[in-house]
Amino acid sequence: MKLKKDIAISDSGFLFNPSSGDSYTANPIATEILKYMQSGFSNEQIIVSIMESYEVERSTIEKDLFDLESMLSNYKLTR
Amino acid sequence: MKKKEKKIYERPLIRPLNASISNKFGRRTEWLPLTHIDGIPVVDLINEFGSPLFVYSEKKIRDNFMMAKRAFETRYPKIQFAWSYKTCYLNAVCNVYHQMGSWAEVVSGFEYEKALQNGVPGDKIIFNGPDKSKHDLLLAMKNNTLIHIDHFDELYLLTELASSSKSKPRVAIRINMDTGVYPQWDRFGFNYENGQAWEAVNKILMNDALDLVGIHTHIGTFMMTPSAYAVATAKMTELAIQIKKKFNHIITYIDMGGGFASKNTLKGSYYAGADAVPDIGEYAEAITSALLNAGFDRNNLPFLYLETGRALVDDTGFLLGTVLANKRLADGRRATILDFGVNTLFTSFWYDHKISPAQEMGHYAEETILYGPLCMNIDVVRDAISLPPLKPGQHVVAQYVGAYNITQSMQFITFRPAVVMIDREGRSHLIRKRESLDYVQKNEILPSHLKKLNW
Repeated sequence: MKLKKDIAISDSGFLFNPSSGDSYTANPIATEILKYMQSGFSNEQIIVSIMESYEVERSTIEKDLFDLESMLSNYKLTR
Repeated sequence: MKKKEKKIYERPLIRPLNASISNKFGRRTEWLPLTHIDGIPVVDLINEFGSPLFVYSEKKIRDNFMMAKRAFETRYPKIQFAWSYKTCYLNAVCNVYHQMGSWAEVVSGFEYEKALQNGVPGDKIIFNGPDKSKHDLLLAMKNNTLIHIDHFDELYLLTELASSSKSKPRVAIRINMDTGVYPQWDRFGFNYENGQAWEAVNKILMNDALDLVGIHTHIGTFMMTPSAYAVATAKMTELAIQIKKKFNHIITYIDMGGGFASKNTLKGSYYAGADAVPDIGEYAEAITSALLNAGFDRNNLPFLYLETGRALVDDTGFLLGTVLANKRLADGRRATILDFGVNTLFTSFWYDHKISPAQEMGHYAEETILYGPLCMNIDVVRDAISLPPLKPGQHVVAQYVGAYNITQSMQFITFRPAVVMIDREGRSHLIRKRESLDYVQKNEILPSHLKKLNW
């Protein structure tokens, strides 16, 4: 899944969508994932990266990544 | 080379920031965890006794009772509390109150027998309610119990029983009245304004078969207005004084019932319960001021009986539970499924219960709907609560659940959970076992022609 190109993400987890004017807040792990997405990581690469840094099982991050993507899509932050 | 330590994982979460008009009634996010109850880790309680699990704090029960007792006894010299069995009739809970001097207030033959079995002397039981069988009344008469008459049919039956047994049971009449709050509770007892109460008094005192020792009212439930108690007390005292004038008969006690609000948050309330409900001292002030100002002879002040239940016990009970699963609803809302639902936490039908994580969590929260485990659409514990992202297997604690859950919870779809009491020394005691299939089926009888299955 790809984020819209013009979405601004701050290190503190503040997101701004200039095309709609809407802003969002993300927790630290979601911020990290969004930055991976902006860098063009595939889902598999994101999962591996998160598992390297966090104490988490693959099944959990898979489910949660799918959920996060559905929310990004719901908020119209994806292309 | 030292292995890199991994960070604690928390579910990724994003939510929109709404720049709408600020809501001055906004509720706080429930990210503050409740990890221990009276010094015992929640996780240890669940590991030992299972999940879900009700936990009562004996210390809190005693502290609350002493606070209420002080609130009334510092304002009025003759006070007697009676523990409202229907609020929570676990024997261990009842006996904490009885050890502290509280009598028993019961509303059925079942509760009456329970109080007797708990060791409460018959003359220290107040028998209320519209359902007292002939058997119940005869037993209550034998035990010199205070019988609070609810309706004329009961008055006539009791008069008949008393006349034939040649005993003179001690009775009170229950009175309902307009105290300025809506809806008026007029279902129980005799009405004050339309003369029914006087009619009952006349019948009792003219007949002489019953000993009218008290008058009783219970003006409502979860009453947020202490001034309603002042109105009710003034009407009750007026009746007692007029009875003395008309019949030269002294009413020895006025029972003001219960109905004081707990710290719970009623559904639809703008404020959280803890910020909105009156302190017990405010109820005490309203009632005792009206009593002291009524004009009783100071040597013949009536006793004030109180049957408060909810306000004493609600915040002494906790329900520990476990997250079963998370899901995303079609409209994007987050849903978390817990292992307790409306079957166990019956009061979630009318309260927005305070539900806290039982472990340290991050401060990012998401609006969540909390479902119970039942395969039923009505099984909603909280329809909107701001909680940190909980994972399956993590624990939560529902607070202020001590009143009306043990007594009203349903054995529905699954078993009712165990109940534990933590004593004042911080030791946990199992006071009710989790139900089992044998327990639930004990009273079932399968007809012989249905025993054989032909697969």
